[in-house]
Amino acid sequence: MSETQIEVPVETFPIHKEKDPSAQTSKLPPHRIVLILIGLALVASAALFMRWDWLPQYGGLILQGLWRTIWILVVTVVLGFLLAVPLGLAQASGPAFLAIPARAFCTVIRGTPLLVQLWLLYYGLGSLFPQYPWIRGSELWPYLRQAWPYAVLALTLSYAGYEGEVMRGAFAGVPKGQLESARAFGMPRFTIFRRIWLPQAIHRALPTLAGEAVLQLKSTPLVATITVVDLYSVASRVRQDTFLTYEPLLLLAAGYLVITGIIVMLFRRVERLIPSKLG
Amino acid sequence: MADASIIPAGIVGALDLLSPFAPGWGANLLRGLVRSLQIAFGAFGMGLIIGTFGAYAKLYGGPIARDLAAIYTTMVRAIPELVMIILLYYAGTDLINRILEGMGYQRVDISGLVAGIVVLGFVQGAYATEVLRGAIKAIPQGEIEAARAYGMSPVLMMRRITLPAMLPHALPGLANLWLISTKDTALLAVVGFSELTLETRQAAGTTKAYMTFYLAAGALYLLITLFSSVILEWVEKRARRGMPSVKEAR
Repeated sequence: MSETQIEVPVETFPIHKEKDPSAQTSKLPPHRIVLILIGLALVASAALFMRWDWLPQYGGLILQGLWRTIWILVVTVVLGFLLAVPLGLAQASGPAFLAIPARAFCTVIRGTPLLVQLWLLYYGLGSLFPQYPWIRGSELWPYLRQAWPYAVLALTLSYAGYEGEVMRGAFAGVPKGQLESARAFGMPRFTIFRRIWLPQAIHRALPTLAGEAVLQLKSTPLVATITVVDLYSVASRVRQDTFLTYEPLLLLAAGYLVITGIIVMLFRRVERLIPSKLG
Repeated sequence: MADASIIPAGIVGALDLLSPFAPGWGANLLRGLVRSLQIAFGAFGMGLIIGTFGAYAKLYGGPIARDLAAIYTTMVRAIPELVMIILLYYAGTDLINRILEGMGYQRVDISGLVAGIVVLGFVQGAYATEVLRGAIKAIPQGEIEAARAYGMSPVLMMRRITLPAMLPHALPGLANLWLISTKDTALLAVVGFSELTLETRQAAGTTKAYMTFYLAAGALYLLITLFSSVILEWVEKRARRGMPSVKEAR
């Protein structure tokens, strides 16, 4: 099983700078100006000829949905990454009784659709909990009755599953000599991990992490299926209320494009902070 | 056969629910599984076709084709699949019907299967474009130059040189795409196409045995993934035969 090759994460957006110098010589050739003009004309005609009068009425709701989407994205990426580090470490160099469960967890998470995981947690666990009186009496019950803890849990586990595999590769890819020389310096094991192993592994994983964060953003609309009000669910509500087919969806797509652009930009900035030398 | 009395009652109940015969819902799940696989195959195939054109446009196309391909891949990779599916599924069928009505034809009812394949194929095409583009770039370019020097036509060159030579480089990425394709079919449940996930949801909703059915569906998806990764590994080994192993090359 350890050799079965399973989906490797895709680097959605390469965050390394274009190394091809010819791409930067002429930034605006004539055909591109024409394409930009066509694009602007499309946007202008969409703004003029489509119905946008619902915007002021739903403005507050849209902002609320946007905030919920970003909040879920940030929380699940951070929690998922924190979970992925031990998962990756266990698989890269842990003893078998840790490595095998970690590997099984990653395989199961990456082998099943997120929608099924989400519905399993929300409908499955959600229907089991009320059967136990001590859960209903506990202080957590007000939270367990809502939908968002299940959404956060499912997305966190999913991100951890995919990222655990990335971190395994990243931990295994740090040159052995680095760790050996750290040991020769007499560093304690945790210091080696904190100062040498983890930073280099994160640096290796950074391009994939950016792609995974974009993929995670693209998974967030699934939480709308378990009644969490995110950006996507606001758009569906506008569609139901106003009977408009295109406008809310186009605005939604544009919104996700902008958020993706911001994520890619942020990761580029982080990448630039780390000094690196091309061999 | 195991004696029924030593199996806990809960498991017996779950097995009854999952049985493929009349009172059980197993047949529904299996029917959903077959539909999911049909869509996954169709979408993957369509993605390959779009991807080949996209890769050629990105590598050898003129400046406009190149920019259009770049816009396509960027858009698809930045917009969530669910939004793309809703956009293409509802808005796409609406648009086709409006055009047909404008031209004086009858409205057509587009079947869920075809719509699902087209929508997921469109999404897959963007990822396949990137995979195939990378794979074509990984071919030693001398081989392509040699083919051109022999005076091969572009189609012949593609059939004889480019496609076979890029296959080993493309296979890991394509295997990845196939696995994504099988899992993305679950998203069609949201637009009401009864594939495995929606069948599961209906079965679970009717019987109230949510855990049983979602675990069963998860197991079916996992089986598809594990089974395909075994096959894909074999295919990749065969396509790479005679080439230095990846581990040595590192």
